[in-house]
Amino acid sequence: MDLVTVWFILIAVLWIGYFVLDGFDLGVGVLLPFIGKDDLRRRVMINTIGPVWDGNEVWLLVAGGATFAAFPLWYATMFSGFYLAFFLLLIGLILRGVAFEYRGKKDSVAWRANWDRAIFVGSVLPALLFGVAFGNVVGGTQIEPLPGMNPADAGSFNYTGSFFDLLNPFAIVMGLMTLTIFTTHGAMFLALKTSGEVREAARKVVMRLGLVAAVLAVVALLWAQAFSGRIAVTLPLVLLAAVLWLGGLIMTMRGRDGWAFFLSAGTITLAVASLFIGLFPNVMPSSVSDAFNLTVYNASSQEYTLTIMTWVAVIMTPLVLLYQGWTYWVFRKRISTSMIPPHPSAGRSDDRFADSAQ
Amino acid sequence: MSALDLSRWQFGMTTVYHFFFVPLTLGTVWFVAMFQTMWYFTGKEKYLKLTKFFGKLFLINFAMGVVTGIVQEFQFGMNWSEYSRFVGDVFGAPLAMEGLLAFFLESTFLGLWIFGWDRLPKRLHLATIWAAAVGTMLSAYFILAANAWMQHPVGYEIDPETGRAVLNDIGAVLFQNTAVIAFFHTMSASFLVTGAGIAALGAWFLMKNRQIDIFRPAAKAGAWVVLVSAVLVSVTGDIDSKIMMEQQPMKMAAAEGLYETTANAPFSVLTIGDIAGDTATPIIEIPGLLSFLSTGDFEGTVQGINDLQAQYEVTYGPGDYVPYVPVTYWSFRLMIGLGMIAALWALWSLWRYRGNRNPQRGRLFALVTPFIVLGPLLAMSFGWIFTEMGRQPWVVFGEQLTADGVSPLLTPTDVWISLIGFTVIYGVLAVIEVGLLLKYIKAGAPDEIIADPYADASDSEDKQLYFAY
Repeated sequence: MDLVTVWFILIAVLWIGYFVLDGFDLGVGVLLPFIGKDDLRRRVMINTIGPVWDGNEVWLLVAGGATFAAFPLWYATMFSGFYLAFFLLLIGLILRGVAFEYRGKKDSVAWRANWDRAIFVGSVLPALLFGVAFGNVVGGTQIEPLPGMNPADAGSFNYTGSFFDLLNPFAIVMGLMTLTIFTTHGAMFLALKTSGEVREAARKVVMRLGLVAAVLAVVALLWAQAFSGRIAVTLPLVLLAAVLWLGGLIMTMRGRDGWAFFLSAGTITLAVASLFIGLFPNVMPSSVSDAFNLTVYNASSQEYTLTIMTWVAVIMTPLVLLYQGWTYWVFRKRISTSMIPPHPSAGRSDDRFADSAQ
Repeated sequence: MSALDLSRWQFGMTTVYHFFFVPLTLGTVWFVAMFQTMWYFTGKEKYLKLTKFFGKLFLINFAMGVVTGIVQEFQFGMNWSEYSRFVGDVFGAPLAMEGLLAFFLESTFLGLWIFGWDRLPKRLHLATIWAAAVGTMLSAYFILAANAWMQHPVGYEIDPETGRAVLNDIGAVLFQNTAVIAFFHTMSASFLVTGAGIAALGAWFLMKNRQIDIFRPAAKAGAWVVLVSAVLVSVTGDIDSKIMMEQQPMKMAAAEGLYETTANAPFSVLTIGDIAGDTATPIIEIPGLLSFLSTGDFEGTVQGINDLQAQYEVTYGPGDYVPYVPVTYWSFRLMIGLGMIAALWALWSLWRYRGNRNPQRGRLFALVTPFIVLGPLLAMSFGWIFTEMGRQPWVVFGEQLTADGVSPLLTPTDVWISLIGFTVIYGVLAVIEVGLLLKYIKAGAPDEIIADPYADASDSEDKQLYFAY
């Protein structure tokens, strides 16, 4: 296998890691106003993802950095072409990241309500926009050489469409798919990580939203077959993903939360894999002409860079998986409302003594 | 304004803003780790209280560093796609390494540290904050190596077909002297910033006669860190300027507003008049010092802006290769001045604490102290403004002009939207962040504390969490 193919696979792995991991904590954020009927429940929800969300988000940063290093022309064309979409994404990620840390830092209902809104908006925007972005990548966008530049060099390829061209029907369906799939995935995570009323509410969400997500995902992923370069592989993957998803819903029904979450992680893995396999060897197909497709061959870095980065990735990725996996083991306990300490009040005493003193 | 100018403003604004949180993160995590280690070995409660107190401030600050850092990574592609295309083969590698080696480490282990008090054995919990500290430092190294490559590109060739840079020596990129010295200079400056912050906080508590037993060690430790860092910053800065003299002589000439090539060149401390227009009138000058600083010899010759401009026109073709001198001149002076004032203040505060003294009076000291938190932080900002503005008009020195790096199809409307959006959200968050910091500073260290929160076998299944958001 040539190095550019290895890196195409690695980028796919990073996105799968990102969607499986940050997917559920984005989902928990989307569910905050729905399952979190009161402050205590909202805190149960936030604390299930508290120790891990930041580490999960790093998968996005690494996916971005790895794309920059391995496929600079892909990175440059996508990030500049989807400018306003990425700006909205950044606003969402900023709001969300600060909100988790600051929400409990002031004992005020209005303060917390504002940060809850920030978490919700900051989770809905990315959950939706990633699907829209992938829909545009997979479905092809208006990419063409800039006038005056050498059209034979992929360095001249730029996205020439507008922000609103990105909001095409296929991309929107893809966006709704990621929004609902991540939200259901988040509900499955909540069902696995909580006990009591939050768990019950989360299970209900899975059973209802899970079906909506299934329909949207089937529509989006079957539609994606129209753009797939190898239907013989991608279509069976999509069907298998659908089977896993239904398996996940059945497992939720039976109260097997661990299996349910595992199966929905499998669904996301297969679905993302099917999109990447259908895309290969393109990384950003052009809707103008096949001659202007950005591919793993014309958008990549040279062999020397790819070799070094392969070594770094081959050594570091298993290590990261190991210590991140260990984190999940450390925080394996289910959380319930009775385990949440009252809000700490600044400084007067230690976090926990403050509670018993009140 | 053009999309280019707006993108420059946006990158400058978001970077300066991001870099308020970076040095505080880089420094504070070591203080927190040190305090926790001292608690681990001595069992003295005051060290645990200091760990908690500064740990809280650290996390409030860290959250801002994280979210503003994401914007930085995205902006290369969003606003500077031609730059990204040109450098990706080289510049992308340290960036991806930063993610894989550093970001994962710091984020994951910080999560373990924040929530792990009652979930991990004591020793392991201590190890998590050290892992996070190592992660932040690695992160600094990689990003500084990437930046050093923009200042002084090495280990690459230009592909004759595409005209883009291609990496051929990763060792040169990661370990060139520009990168190594930038790392030590930045790290020691970060410790100066953090030491000043901690010493000033400590001083404030001592003057208020609050929690003396806890904050006296912090105040003294902070002041000592400032003094040691000030020496290290000066030494590394001196080495850095000599390296820069070789690699980017135009930047050093612009730092001095030195238009004509001069032997026995003086160091100008202050000038009046139009420094950009060749009519500057020096007020204070130290004879020969610039020559000594740049060449190690008081009689050494320092190249002036006009000569360098002529040379560059021969090498790179017609164009204006002079950075905007008023910015480089003044940012260079403010960097040094503000940093050194903090060192003097640290000496003063240590003098006040000599023996067992703890003077509550001293109106001048009380007046100056709050500014000591800001001084070094601004000094560091000015240092970066100098470094980046002094490289102009290049984005990659000698290889790509900033004007050629901007995304070609970006419209001013696009950038106006994002520039206004970032400015508003950054502004609001700044107010909130400073408010929270002040609130938690005023609250002081916890009075009572669970000396040993760590889990034991008697814990029931639904025991209350020790820490929760």
